[in-house]
Amino acid sequence: MGKIAIIGVGQSAFVRRYPGSVRELAFEGFKEAVQDARITAREIGASVVCSAPEYDKQRSPAGVFAEYMGLNPQPAFYVETLCSSGSTGLRLAYSLIQSGLHDVVAVIGFQKMSEISSAEIQERMGRGADIQWESPFGTMMPAYYAMYARRHIEKYGTTLEDLALIRVKAGTYGQLNEKAAYRKKITLEMFSDAENRMAAPVASPLRTGDCCANADGSSCVIVAGEEKAGAFCKKPIWILGLGAATDTLNLAGRDLFSGLTAARQAAGQAYKMAGVGPKDIDVAEVHDCFTIAEMMAYEDLGFAKPGEGKDLIRGRETYKEGCIPVNPDGGLLSKGHPIGATGGSQIRSVVLQLRREAGESQVREPEIGLIHNIGGVGVYGNVTILGR
Amino acid sequence: MGEKKELDERFKKFGTVSFTSVTKVNDFIDHLEAGRVTGTRCGDCGLTFFPPRADCCQCLGSNMKWFEVSGPGKLVTYSRLEYAPTGFGDDLPYCIAVLDYGDFKVFGRIAGDVPEEEISVGMAMKTVVSELPNKRLNYVFQKA
Ligand SMILES: [Zn+2]
Repeated sequence: MGKIAIIGVGQSAFVRRYPGSVRELAFEGFKEAVQDARITAREIGASVVCSAPEYDKQRSPAGVFAEYMGLNPQPAFYVETLCSSGSTGLRLAYSLIQSGLHDVVAVIGFQKMSEISSAEIQERMGRGADIQWESPFGTMMPAYYAMYARRHIEKYGTTLEDLALIRVKAGTYGQLNEKAAYRKKITLEMFSDAENRMAAPVASPLRTGDCCANADGSSCVIVAGEEKAGAFCKKPIWILGLGAATDTLNLAGRDLFSGLTAARQAAGQAYKMAGVGPKDIDVAEVHDCFTIAEMMAYEDLGFAKPGEGKDLIRGRETYKEGCIPVNPDGGLLSKGHPIGATGGSQIRSVVLQLRREAGESQVREPEIGLIHNIGGVGVYGNVTILGR
Repeated sequence: MGEKKELDERFKKFGTVSFTSVTKVNDFIDHLEAGRVTGTRCGDCGLTFFPPRADCCQCLGSNMKWFEVSGPGKLVTYSRLEYAPTGFGDDLPYCIAVLDYGDFKVFGRIAGDVPEEEISVGMAMKTVVSELPNKRLNYVFQKA
């Protein structure tokens, strides 16, 4: 099999409410990635658009974007795996290039969550589960992750303060990321002050500070085969490993509630394909939609044994000076989580790290980086390993 | 022409808000009305399913038999919600939870009259039918 590289990355700023249309939002990430790759739209053989369609008013956005970005008449299509749509798009781009059908593919992720009203968002949230058997009980995403947090706390003695430490770390790096929606410093004291918004209960045991927020945003990743990558790009970042797995949507079908089985399986596949192990990873972007999600990621990815994730954050080992820096871009907790754009943004951050272009959040001389991107509550697990 | 069949929309009655009306396992609602919570077991290969389903993914058969969810299960985990999606606000606060019966698990709500300080992971709970306003139905977990 030939080598496949990421030759360009881009993202819009992630914001509460984007002052433009969906195509204009997607254009921001696309423009940055195309300029980064030093190519033109004509050289892109196909585009893969990633989002969660329940927030879109525009039907079939791939067609609109192809027009707006000058990608006609090349083929364009759409993928969706909830919050991991961007990583699924990368997997698809990899296959399209590996198959020989195309040599350069653009993966365009976007979400304009403010496209619909808050009331409509509230309604959609109720349907983010098994609508036949779970939603009639009144379910919300934070409550599902909260159930994992409860189990993790019971089983391993993880504390709410451990979870808060993850948010404090996210805030530390969010302050440095000019594209993040939330750039305030977060302190542990905020979580112990009952009057503070961070400490307000959402779904026990999780509090407001444990949850990421909605945002509008776009991202774009340009993927190319070895020949084109060499021709266009001075610093190609190679795709070394890809892993993807699914788990039951209904929690009643699960056996594990203190980690995400699909993430563990995806990690195993990606490590095997790349021929590396957890100790070889120099920097990681993990799917911290909730603090507990990052804690479980430490363990599901093998950075710590199950139950020992708390020791990593207590020892500041996931800060950029630690043994395994995690989310030096501030993570979803700081950036916000524009569903379809999230995976591409995580990939972008790792690519910039590996190129040593991450500015103030640069980790020391990383050679291999990892992206962990989860759709739903571990319904879709995706792990990608990149190298210089 | 043949007689016009009425659409079987019994499932509309399930839960505070139902998002499904037509399903092949609509008899689940009749069972709730009779005071029983039921799952299905494949009549060909014996695989047990909760929530109930019409088709078996192990042998591809559709010869399902109903069984009653009875006796105690163990509370795997739960969360108490302070916010709710549209249509559930009047129920707040409430706890969603998972019970483990060994062969299968049940996702549902903890009964509103169980005080949170009496809830603990691992405790024995049973699944019982709960009548909601406007002749709607669901099931909840009570202390066993
Ligand atoms: Zn069967």
